[in-house]
Amino acid sequence: MQNDKSWIPYVLIAPCVIFLALLFLLPLVQTIWLAISEGGMPSLANLQTMAGDLNFRSAIRNTFLLTLAVVPIQIMIALAMGSMVAKVGAGRETILWIWTIPLGISDLAAGLVWLSILQNSGYLNSMLFTLGLMERPANWLSYQTPIALFFAIAVAEIWRGTAIVMVIIVAGLNQVPKEFGEAAEVFGAGRWTRFFRITLPLIKPALQSALILRTVLAFEVFAVVYALGGSNMPVLVGEAYTWQNQNQNYGVAAAYAVLIMIISLAATFVYLKAVRVDPERLP
Amino acid sequence: MKRSLLIGLLAASGFLTATVAKAETVFLSTQLRPIEEATAVRNVILKGLAAPVEYVVEEPPQFAVRMEAERQAGKHTISLVGALHGELSPIASKDGFVPLDDLAKQLADNGMPKALLDLGKLGKDKQQYIPWMQATYVMAANKQALQYLPAGADINKLTYDQLIEWGQKMQTETGQPRIGFPAGPKGLMARYFQGYFYPSFTGGVVRPFKSADAAKGWESFKKLWAVVNPNSTNYNFMQEPLLADEVWVAWDHIARLKEAVASQPDQYVIFPAPAGPKGRGYMPVVAGLAIPQGAPDETGAKGVIEHLVKPETQILTARNVGFFPTVDAKLPADIEPGIAMLAAGVQATQQAPDAVISLLPVGLGDRGGEFNKVYMDAFQRIVIRGEPVTDVLSQQAASLSKLIGDTGAPCWAPDAPSQGSCPVE
Repeated sequence: MQNDKSWIPYVLIAPCVIFLALLFLLPLVQTIWLAISEGGMPSLANLQTMAGDLNFRSAIRNTFLLTLAVVPIQIMIALAMGSMVAKVGAGRETILWIWTIPLGISDLAAGLVWLSILQNSGYLNSMLFTLGLMERPANWLSYQTPIALFFAIAVAEIWRGTAIVMVIIVAGLNQVPKEFGEAAEVFGAGRWTRFFRITLPLIKPALQSALILRTVLAFEVFAVVYALGGSNMPVLVGEAYTWQNQNQNYGVAAAYAVLIMIISLAATFVYLKAVRVDPERLP
Repeated sequence: MKRSLLIGLLAASGFLTATVAKAETVFLSTQLRPIEEATAVRNVILKGLAAPVEYVVEEPPQFAVRMEAERQAGKHTISLVGALHGELSPIASKDGFVPLDDLAKQLADNGMPKALLDLGKLGKDKQQYIPWMQATYVMAANKQALQYLPAGADINKLTYDQLIEWGQKMQTETGQPRIGFPAGPKGLMARYFQGYFYPSFTGGVVRPFKSADAAKGWESFKKLWAVVNPNSTNYNFMQEPLLADEVWVAWDHIARLKEAVASQPDQYVIFPAPAGPKGRGYMPVVAGLAIPQGAPDETGAKGVIEHLVKPETQILTARNVGFFPTVDAKLPADIEPGIAMLAAGVQATQQAPDAVISLLPVGLGDRGGEFNKVYMDAFQRIVIRGEPVTDVLSQQAASLSKLIGDTGAPCWAPDAPSQGSCPVE
């Protein structure tokens, strides 16, 4: 007679569940309580302070605009990179290795790299000046040039965050059997048809993961914005940081944290519904 | 065998940390954090003390969190803290400090100014901290800027109108806005509005927040801002844009100008901030020493305080880190030229005949950050976003009024004293 061993998986995953519960769920509950209480009593005061704050609307607008601008471009670039590298034989690993370098750089460091390029005495201004294209250094990152600032932050974020999307998409592309494409080619399907009708549907699970991961991270954008724009471009996480550190009002900071979490959860839900994956193709 | 070895090691290390913790007085500071300054504190300023002191530094937000954590846990490791007036205030409001009245009396007898000592009461009956070092804010100018100074203007008696004219002239002649302010996320711009702008234009800080004088002041500040480098909203320490030649004339805390002035003393001049219709506002910065309730080594901490406020130590501190004495101590003639320039600037500010001294906020508890926000939001809306002055002032005055009402803070100088919380008129 065989022993009933159905309990083994539960025992094996228990440490990780307990760990997450202690170090994630508990602080989460505490944060939510911090956001919706004042002096130990339930209260909406923190949420009202947050919503009535000078930077609240612009922080929401900037965060959403940045996500809308950055994520689609990152997905497109990653798809292009993944498709290109799929055709490469020798040296494929080296190319992938170089492409993933930004993954190893912290976001603050990435922000500082771009700051050294874009600040007044930075590389871009020096280059334009040497080429005689400008008479004096231009400001790219000031409150007077919000479009240039937005553009700079978007470029820095795309540079920094595309690699992770590409890694996921390359992994997805590796699982697509070559025979499908070859068969389609025999029946006269062009490159684009093959891409849209065969490759794209087959990498849907990878695409879904990449979208969820990147979008959630985009809503949490902070260090790059802080390095390049300081307080010139408020974003949600930046406001949470300011309320926590500068204004020392932990309740309002918690309210921002909860808002960011709700937005991220909503985005994840939308992707799970919108990019529907055939259950049979789930790993 | 292995196991007993491990236990032995554990016991030994436990014993070691226990003895170390017992032998050393832990001194936690939010000031003098850069490695050169911290080393100077450890190797020069604290040298000569009989008992060893462990000097540890922490950024202000982490300092607040750590102190609160130790208070809530009831497990204290820190015997002495050194921090700014505003950073000590939230802890004092929760009765987190040991009263230091004996020490204060002793220092008063030895000539520490009463006004300064009284700041250390933080609006309470008992002495919460002992003033440790002081500083203030001054203006620095690159000597290249001096040729554009308006005719007849004396740099040590500058007015706001002259500063605006100076800025306009530099802008037209060099093609670039050459004035800078530390309005970045870590800059001290809020102190400019509380200690310089408001006292100079209105003679107060809280009471006349939305007065006609204030509105006039903001209009004039908008004129000034037109010739201020727009990167100012990214500047945190003015020594950096000064050294990079991006800015020629700047206002900042002396510690945040020190690097520029100390490295090129021939290139810069230091002078008091400009005067407005109501005088020349200025704000002293005071760092204090306090002993947390439950400190493991209260006696040792008192010894360290006594050492740090001795005139010799105070001069050593000025010489090494550029903060000035709180006690009666003459700086020696052979002090570094950069520090001597800053000291002269501070003296010119304090001794200006039209000086309006603005004290640090007292009684705001842990709402100091939000108090700063009121002024910075007014600046953001009026100057950066161009919203109508009177509307913004009356809306921000409502937040200010609520904040002061919540804390019950009475007026502090230069506002006239109040019964109860300070009213916004």
